[in-house]
Amino acid sequence: MEFFFDLTVNGLLVGLMYALVAVGFVLIYKATSVINFAQGDLVMFAAYGAAVMLGLGWMPLWAVIPVLATGMVALGFVLERGILRPLIGQPVISVIMVTIGLAFVLQGLAAILWKAGTRELPLPVRVEPYVVGGVFISPINVVAAVTAILSLVAFGLFFTRSRFGIAMRAVADDQQASMTVGINVRRVFALSWAIAGIAAAAGGLIWGNMLGVDTFLALVGLKVFPVVILGGLDSILGAIVGGLIVGLVESIAAGYLDPYVGGGTKDFVPYVLMILVLFVRPHGFFGREIIERV
Amino acid sequence: MKVRGFLIGLLAMTVAAWPVAGAWAQDKTIFIPLFVYRTGPYAPSGIPNANGFQDYFNLVNERDGGVNGVKLVIEECETQYKTDLGVECYERLKGKKPPLVNPYSTGITYQLIPKAPVDKIVVHSMGYGMTASADGRWFPWVFNFPMTYWSQASAFVKYVASQEGGMDKLKGKKIVHIFHNSPYGKEANPTLETLAKQHGFELTLLAVDHPGQEQGATWLQVRRINPDWIYLSGWGVMNQVAVKEAASKGFKMDHMVGNWWSGSESDVVAAADGARGFKSMTFHAPGAGFKVHQDLVKHVYDKGKGATKKDLLGEVYHNRGMINAMLNVEALRTAMLKFKLKTPPASEQARWGFENLNLTEQRLEQIGMKGMMRPLKVTCENHESNGMAAVQQWDGKQWKIVSDWIEPIRDVVRPKLEAAAVEEAKKLGYTVRDCSKEK
Repeated sequence: MEFFFDLTVNGLLVGLMYALVAVGFVLIYKATSVINFAQGDLVMFAAYGAAVMLGLGWMPLWAVIPVLATGMVALGFVLERGILRPLIGQPVISVIMVTIGLAFVLQGLAAILWKAGTRELPLPVRVEPYVVGGVFISPINVVAAVTAILSLVAFGLFFTRSRFGIAMRAVADDQQASMTVGINVRRVFALSWAIAGIAAAAGGLIWGNMLGVDTFLALVGLKVFPVVILGGLDSILGAIVGGLIVGLVESIAAGYLDPYVGGGTKDFVPYVLMILVLFVRPHGFFGREIIERV
Repeated sequence: MKVRGFLIGLLAMTVAAWPVAGAWAQDKTIFIPLFVYRTGPYAPSGIPNANGFQDYFNLVNERDGGVNGVKLVIEECETQYKTDLGVECYERLKGKKPPLVNPYSTGITYQLIPKAPVDKIVVHSMGYGMTASADGRWFPWVFNFPMTYWSQASAFVKYVASQEGGMDKLKGKKIVHIFHNSPYGKEANPTLETLAKQHGFELTLLAVDHPGQEQGATWLQVRRINPDWIYLSGWGVMNQVAVKEAASKGFKMDHMVGNWWSGSESDVVAAADGARGFKSMTFHAPGAGFKVHQDLVKHVYDKGKGATKKDLLGEVYHNRGMINAMLNVEALRTAMLKFKLKTPPASEQARWGFENLNLTEQRLEQIGMKGMMRPLKVTCENHESNGMAAVQQWDGKQWKIVSDWIEPIRDVVRPKLEAAAVEEAKKLGYTVRDCSKEK
């Protein structure tokens, strides 16, 4: 039973780490309907930025975080203005291909700027696990969980209480109607990329500390897809719930099934679950069902 | 009109002479394609390795004037560690008549093995690739010296025994093999299973799916099993995460041993101080304290021709790239001495050089690599040579050798290897050759 609890707790905590990356993806999709295949690469880019700044030793972590967040916001603006905005009105497939291309560009750019060697991203988080009732809990996972939950709360408040947040929801609902009431849709698009940059910064700090920083880090983006499809492409709460489900299912499958089948279940079981859920809820658990008059 | 006629004539002569000039240039140099992965997720390992190759080949040209007086010409081809790109590189560059290729990927090696005898190009998969191809009777064009994965796994078991007080002390010990869930990662399993049966240790095999960024469940199982030793066959980020997980779970790091693709500087960065004590198998020494490094600085780096920064010399993968290049060069040199060549060896001659490579202590000293690697001898039957492994340990700042050279358990490995060679060769429709008839 202790093993089961171990798997459950660790699975849920890792799920929140996935959610941290997924939130950035959802933010962009929610406001712009762009499926951003480069979210993992933004996480990698942010992690490189943090590792380089900390490695130089010019400033402490508390100063690095706002500088990093500002840098990622600026990057988000640049990407939106320079690459995505010219594609407004173009076929969805063109936009998807551009974000795939962007992923490769970011990887190449990171390798050119900071070389490909693995870098350390030290955070003041203890390495030794906490032992609670016989269950081992990794401190970095706790930090990730707290960050993910705080992000959920912050984004929730932003979308319900702030002028920009409400404008983003309006644009997500209907771009043309938003324009008619005077919302600057282009600014909303830019803002969503900028906020996704902040989410990438948070993900980059956590994942970079856990894995070390190199171009491999971009692969965390792959975990986003079952998470957001399960939770709903345009729901931040869905990203969190999807992350928890994927983390839990992976952990239980790897713990109980892998020893019998020789491994590999962790990767496909979340997708099996995703397919089953899509049969019943095609928009995921919390995704918005769009009914169009034709 | 006269001017026009003259120009046309000149152009015709140039076009006519071009292939001749090309052939002349080819005759004067040895072309070696370099399959590299300087981009993509495995670049942190690929870059130092490629730099090691470049630096050693450059050194041979600058210090020795080439191999037996014939200069080496290197052309890199980017594979990103992807099999399809590797095969594309091979097909594109084989027209330049290279005597050898180093695929630098087990996946690419498997694809090139059937092509090698047809194109008559030596495939040298140094410490990776298909273990069975070490039986040279079935695979005359494939070489995997100085050692195979199976020999390595047996050397690991011997090392564990030496730490526990002898082979008889293995009985009842618990060993976990955490492996990349791929043909590469699984390579050591049959050897470990056989040795577990023979020596009575309890073996648990735990697969980690690619890329291995999340291993929580695997390490919870490790905690449940509470093993005495862990053997790690990882690659890329899987190693970084495994080392960090082991450290964070409080596992004794000096009882965790990676294979030789799980023991580089990149693999210990994420765990920082927690990685101190982590060990890995190797077949060469780390560090820049060898004469070859002094030569490299003098003949290559001081001339501004170095492939990397001077302070990165001695990294595990840089040294490995240099060792691989050195083995290539020595095999070619063996062929050129035998056939008294001052021109590039023909393909069959190059193959002979690989098959008769006898790298002595004296030769290692001459090329500045004494102590960096063990002498080795390749034969017609044995394409993995008589190489030995050692164990290196991360002390928090650098890797250091902490064991003597370990002889693999050849009486266990070789019969299994020969049986596997028959099986693999049958799939390819190969026939066995009689090594007693080889000169």
